[in-house]
Amino acid sequence: MPKVKLPRKSTNIDMTAMCDVAFLLLTFFMLATKFKPEEPVVVKTPASISEIPLPDVDIMLLTVDPKGRVFFSIDNKPMRKSLISDINDERKLGLTNDEKNAFAIGPSIGVPFSQLKSFLAADPLTQKQMVTNAPGIPTDTSVTDPNNELAAWIQNARTSNPKLRICIKADGEASYPSVQKIIKTLEGWKIFKFNLITNLKAVPTGTAAYTLQQQAGKAK
Amino acid sequence: MAELDTSSGGGHKKGPGVKKGKKLSTRIDLTPMVDLGFLLITFFMYTTTLAKPKTMQINMPYKDPNILDSTKVKNSTALTILLSKSHRVYYYEGIGDDPTNPPKVEVTGFKAKGGIRDEIISKIKAVNALKQQGVLTAKDETTVLIKPDSTSTYSDLVNILDEMNINDVKTYAIVDISPVDQGFIQATEQASGLVK
Repeated sequence: MPKVKLPRKSTNIDMTAMCDVAFLLLTFFMLATKFKPEEPVVVKTPASISEIPLPDVDIMLLTVDPKGRVFFSIDNKPMRKSLISDINDERKLGLTNDEKNAFAIGPSIGVPFSQLKSFLAADPLTQKQMVTNAPGIPTDTSVTDPNNELAAWIQNARTSNPKLRICIKADGEASYPSVQKIIKTLEGWKIFKFNLITNLKAVPTGTAAYTLQQQAGKAK
Repeated sequence: MAELDTSSGGGHKKGPGVKKGKKLSTRIDLTPMVDLGFLLITFFMYTTTLAKPKTMQINMPYKDPNILDSTKVKNSTALTILLSKSHRVYYYEGIGDDPTNPPKVEVTGFKAKGGIRDEIISKIKAVNALKQQGVLTAKDETTVLIKPDSTSTYSDLVNILDEMNINDVKTYAIVDISPVDQGFIQATEQASGLVK
């Protein structure tokens, strides 16, 4: 029998199409991306059925970790700069211009005022280490308490940007008193409206909220 | 696609004696470029936050030390919920301010069935029934008083607030726990054998 000779095909594949797809996806992700803000601590938020998205701008974020330590941060660099200047004047921290800039571009703050200068003077790597051992911002239930440093942060942040929305991002395992102190502090400054950051969970079927959701869906 | 036809269609147009320059293929290997593309895609996929975090809006009651508390919750519309350790939930009807007649405190938890949700639903039904009977006016609404104690966690608070949204309870308040309520918790714990 004569051998059937298969024609040898080239193993070269045209990569152009694949390249096109890759870069198309790349472009999509580059445009759709918004970098995750650097988080001082890992926080697992509890879930709720609320679907209100977090606003993009003018946010004051109060992070509470499982141990109850409080971290403070606001968005917007110029706002941070003016905030730290105000804090510096009020508390006489004696910060240099470099340290103020470090605050403006830096991460969340989780140290008391007494440690703030050394925290801001440190380089970013040391700061990260300091964050893991940070005691958190001292809080108390009363705004008039001089130890309630969170009250001072909130007050100054609100004067530099009155539109700030206050968001509490607390870990599900954080004890209630640590969150209660924040709520009391906010109440002390006559802030009665704030947001709690939660994960999304499905609305249980057969409940009042489920019926409302179905009606809203039909109305559309 | 990525190659250009550089062959001059065969044939020796310049005649047999003319030497032809070696034709270099313009075909480029695109594999490294694809690799790079996918590497960058992976990077952006990991750093991106496509799903924006959701928030739950809370309105606390306006509090001013100069203004005396004028609104009093009616006993028949109120349900008091106490949050305690190990995600346990204690509840009783009314506001429990009558020391001579202590309310019946029950213990439950956060469950889809047979948990606190069923209690809230039955309370809403009871209030609606009272409204139809004319005992309560149309302005009265089911009021839930949430009292988290110091051993409860933040997730308990969010869960109970979520139950309010789930069951469409319009009026609720987070209230500080009183020593009386703490006594209720302890008594119920002992009665139900949760602590020895």
